[in-house]
Amino acid sequence: MNPAIEQILSRAQTLYEDVDYKAVAEWKSCAPGRKAIGYMPIYVPRELIHAAGMLPVGIFGGGDRLEIIRGDAYFQSYICHIPRSTIELALSGRLDVLDGMLFPSICDVIRNLSGMWTMLFPGRYVRYVDLPQNYDARVGGEFWRRELTAIREDMARLAGGLITDQNLRNSIRIYNQNRRVIRELYQARSEAPWLYPIAQVYAVLRAGAVLPPEEHTTMVRRYLEMASQGSALPEDRSRVVLTGMFCEQPPLALLITLERAGCWIVDDDLLLGLRWFTGEVPEEGDAIENLAQAYLTQSVATASCYAPDGQRGRWLVDAVRQNRADGVIFCAPSFCDPALLEQPMLVAALEREHIPHTQFKYSEDTGQFAVIREQAGTFSDSIRLWSEA
Amino acid sequence: MSADTVKASTVQKEQSMVLQKQLIGDYYDSLGRAREEGRRVVSTFVPGNLTELLRSFDLLPILPEINALQSGMRKLSANYIAEAEKQGHSEDVCTYVKCDIGMLKSGNVGPTGVKLPNPDLLLLSYTGCFTFLKWFELLRQEYQCPVAMLHVPYLANGRIEPHHVDYVVQQLRTEVIPKLEQVSGRRFDEARLSEMLALSAQAEDDFVWVLESAKNEPSPIDAYFGGVYYIGPIFTAFRGTSQGVEYYRVLREEITERIRLGLGPVTPEGTMERQRYRLVVEGPPNWTSFREFWKMFYDEGAVVVASSYTKVGGLYDRGFRHDPNRPLKSLAEYCLGCYTNLGLPARVDLLERYIREYRADGFIINSVKSCNSFSVGQLLMLRQLEQRTGVPGGFIESDLVDPRYFSPANIKNRIESYLQMLEQKRGAGVTA
Repeated sequence: MNPAIEQILSRAQTLYEDVDYKAVAEWKSCAPGRKAIGYMPIYVPRELIHAAGMLPVGIFGGGDRLEIIRGDAYFQSYICHIPRSTIELALSGRLDVLDGMLFPSICDVIRNLSGMWTMLFPGRYVRYVDLPQNYDARVGGEFWRRELTAIREDMARLAGGLITDQNLRNSIRIYNQNRRVIRELYQARSEAPWLYPIAQVYAVLRAGAVLPPEEHTTMVRRYLEMASQGSALPEDRSRVVLTGMFCEQPPLALLITLERAGCWIVDDDLLLGLRWFTGEVPEEGDAIENLAQAYLTQSVATASCYAPDGQRGRWLVDAVRQNRADGVIFCAPSFCDPALLEQPMLVAALEREHIPHTQFKYSEDTGQFAVIREQAGTFSDSIRLWSEA
Repeated sequence: MSADTVKASTVQKEQSMVLQKQLIGDYYDSLGRAREEGRRVVSTFVPGNLTELLRSFDLLPILPEINALQSGMRKLSANYIAEAEKQGHSEDVCTYVKCDIGMLKSGNVGPTGVKLPNPDLLLLSYTGCFTFLKWFELLRQEYQCPVAMLHVPYLANGRIEPHHVDYVVQQLRTEVIPKLEQVSGRRFDEARLSEMLALSAQAEDDFVWVLESAKNEPSPIDAYFGGVYYIGPIFTAFRGTSQGVEYYRVLREEITERIRLGLGPVTPEGTMERQRYRLVVEGPPNWTSFREFWKMFYDEGAVVVASSYTKVGGLYDRGFRHDPNRPLKSLAEYCLGCYTNLGLPARVDLLERYIREYRADGFIINSVKSCNSFSVGQLLMLRQLEQRTGVPGGFIESDLVDPRYFSPANIKNRIESYLQMLEQKRGAGVTA
């Protein structure tokens, strides 16, 4: 492997494995008074944190790299895994490096977790970010502008300064660059997935949860440039879209297993919040208005957002078509209400279009992949052997 | 230790029970006749329901949660859930949803045997429960009818802010009312709505009086198992109606008389005679074994004096009343203030007040698998309440309408052990 790409991947892998958030502590130690704000999946307006000079830190649970000692005592067995590992991270002091937490409104679990945080850690900054489900600019837009303004004020207060309009416009520009390069990476992978193995793409993306966006953009750009020059040859595999993984993340080994089972992953909803907007947020004019409008009109389609047009599944069919995928793998965390309640609607949409699909569930600490490998392998084989194309 | 706690000879239907049975029967009959009578129907949810607004357009509400719980009580839900799972719905998700979908797929015959009409509109009152959103998105695909979405902001800090009210009122004006006008063919009549809200407030006064009667010792009511009957009319289709007002007037009179006579609550086996434990309960009941579940309490002399479930349709006992003088704002405040729309700290505060104000000996959390809105955080709530009040808590697990998750022996064992522990503490003079 090219030493330069190896260096990038080594850095990304280190960040992925680091459940002590050392990189965040290092970033804070580089200058006095630096602060970091954690956020849960899927979407929060990271621009507001960045504009205050603070570091947004994505908290995606402990994955398969954290032993749960106290977290299980706070949740019944029928609740998904991410809240228990997140509580474990906090109770073990690993999140002491954070100066506040944002909990967006994606499901009842993350919502109630915000209240648990308030009770467990009195004195720490906690905010529930209520994303609008009404997309009328005069109604949901007005509500969201108000929420954004309140978060802006909170972030400024926590940082001990002001967030100027220029600061905010600058942050929007920086995050536009970040989302743009991620979109480029997804496009490149869709065209030549053999050059961008899922383990590499995921680790590089995941680094965006803890790195400052400027640094992450550079990392993704360099990876993209180098990986595109790779010498791997195309193999006869099925091209699949993965869906259901927008919140609790699967263990990396599961993603690798899917590839080894004969699938090229050409699109997915992993780490969706890092590429939430489908286009650019305007960089001039009223920054709050621009962020609000972008949320109303440019958000990705996902289970936690209401679809006023009733076209549940259209986005998935589009993703299949645009990425020339052969099929879809529904890969959702156990007990994930948004993903699992959504699934029958997505299945119906795929079946109307005669798109093959299969499904299984995981937990972020799943350690056995034999069954998944067999299922994904059979799915991939069946597509290659029996598809009309 | 059971037989002496209930006096079987007093089993009788009180007038309020007869009245409620008639109300519900008439309601389902009216749904069954809706098509032939040319009436339009709107599906909506209990928390944050806008019954008066619907009625002001002469629209009939259908409440899928009520259909599901009624199906659970009538032992119909297991087959409906199996049908939904057969169609691809995950075993992990809410059983109300699966019961409703299964009922639909099985011919949409309601719990009383009357075929329900397809809704003309789905009023998605998105209050305190994420699942509502997906539920009606699923139903929209089945019924192919329009949806009116009402996003009610969550009260993470337990307080209603003016901009929350503005947001909800704006949605009522721009989203909900125009769609109700379209479906009903009638113009919005604010005066008519106000008249109905005045009736609501009247019934709410009596309803609160009934709930607070449990402060008496002995308590004349069971505020959980009996409470689910008392909330029936006011949480569903009868708020803002003269029948609703009449029901609560009659109920209040009955309970006044029970207090005068020093009687306890009416159970399925008669009047509860001996009240050994006063409990507060958090969480919804199990519906598939509702009577069996209740019996586990009254056999032991445990009476529930306050519960959070009876607040999912509004926190009237904390002072809220529908206000005919500011109809839309009042509806907005009602939606915002429902129990499951409150942040966990506010929920703990409320339960703490109940434990103190109702002089409870203990509290029990019934954690249901189906409902993350209720259940996530309950183990922390248990600890917080014990710490704050010194009152010991018990924790049991079941489900709403999936009988596979109601394990009678385990639950009975837990309740008995918990009550024995209360007894021992009492005997030892331990209060904390």
